Amino acid sequence: MTLIDLANPSKFLSLTARVLPWLAAVTAIVLAIGLYQSATAPDDYQQGATVKIMFVHVPNAWLSMLVWGVMSLAALGTLVWRHPLADVAAKAAAPIGAAFTFLALVTGSLWGRPMWGTYWEWDARLTSVLILFLMYLGLIALWRAVEDPSRAARAAAVLTLVGAINLPIIKFSVDWWNTLHQPASVMRLGGPTLDRAFLVPLLMMAAAFSLLFVTLLLAAMRNEILRRRLRSLQMMQARAFSSEVDAGSREKTVPFGAA
Amino acid sequence: MTAQAALIRRDIRIAVRVGGGALIGVLFFLTVVVLMPFAVGPDLALLTRLGPAILWLGALLASLLTLDRLFMADHEDGSLDLIVMSRTPLELACATKALAHWMAAGLPLIVATPVLGLLLNLDTRSTAAVALTLLAGTPSLTFTGMIGAALAVTLHRGGLLLAVLVLPLSIPVLIFGVAASQAAISGLSFGAPFSILCALSLVSFVVGPFAAAASLRHGLD
Repeated sequence: MTLIDLANPSKFLSLTARVLPWLAAVTAIVLAIGLYQSATAPDDYQQGATVKIMFVHVPNAWLSMLVWGVMSLAALGTLVWRHPLADVAAKAAAPIGAAFTFLALVTGSLWGRPMWGTYWEWDARLTSVLILFLMYLGLIALWRAVEDPSRAARAAAVLTLVGAINLPIIKFSVDWWNTLHQPASVMRLGGPTLDRAFLVPLLMMAAAFSLLFVTLLLAAMRNEILRRRLRSLQMMQARAFSSEVDAGSREKTVPFGAA
Repeated sequence: MTAQAALIRRDIRIAVRVGGGALIGVLFFLTVVVLMPFAVGPDLALLTRLGPAILWLGALLASLLTLDRLFMADHEDGSLDLIVMSRTPLELACATKALAHWMAAGLPLIVATPVLGLLLNLDTRSTAAVALTLLAGTPSLTFTGMIGAALAVTLHRGGLLLAVLVLPLSIPVLIFGVAASQAAISGLSFGAPFSILCALSLVSFVVGPFAAAASLRHGLD
């Protein structure tokens, strides 16, 4: 089974119909383990119990960036290989990515209230995630502005790739603009500074959220394929109807002309 | 080269003639800047402090406003199809069109800056700093915005959608444009933010034409 075989939407549908229940079950199990580990993780000596927001906040923030990466690969698939499922994947991923980004913002805001004493701070990381959220919404608006899916797909692919180039630049600019947020403490050279007691649940939650993303993406892609089939069936029906009407009016006009 | 020169001459001529609308951008810039004191109050000290930011925002919005004319008019009268089919690479043609658009719609904004600086109680040094950063930064706004204009013309949608797509991409230019102006005014190091502003413009010269050409090539039918 290669990527080319999956280009046939029927094959994709039958394969995902078999895979999805298992994937959903694995996601549920990993999420349950992650939630249990997060709940039993010790309180931080400074932050107390609020440190547990991290186990939800950080995976959301990672996923918000990862989804744009997945969409960029799908955009390459659309523009370079014209893979028929690439634009389905890109379209299905955009709202999921926006949801992860929104949750990262909300959990971050809820975490910021007890830690910094404010729900919103114009600090560099928060601001760049907010801009990422705006770009997700812009992309969704672009998808929703055009009826023809293939036309929208190519425009969205160009915008996704431009965004992929620009997002690091925006991130860097915003960092320059203001820095208050703590520097990265997991993804950095010289190993994580996070204690194992926090790191293990965090990684478990990150795995659970990634699995959740794959599950949601596959389900959304199935929906999108079915929606497109429905759309083409409706258009065929409308065309058949209009040609019937044409034929009917011709039948009416013919006797008139004959008479 | 003559093809590019001809394209520039044609686009500028169309832009400044009746129906071109390049100078409406300057009028819009003036109006936005005049509106600001009504919003924040006629406090000259406050206006001096906000001046560079107001001028940059005004220029950003004004250049955005004129952008959807970049390809739309050519698409309507069919000359965009000729440009796409011509022997000039589409990327080069896009870059040329963006340059012409900047000369017709961006340069007048910079020329108008000293007058508007006067209204905002900026001294000569500050006005010069803002004008210089605008000179370095507005090409980037045009070249990045061209991507949105190309998307808008292939989708037959303009206006708000274009603004929503392009504005987030112009945040870096805004940050470094204002940072460089403020640095020059307060005597901090002007070189670093200004060089980054120039670098952003250079990046947009590369990314903009390619993305716009890709969008036109894949999107026009």
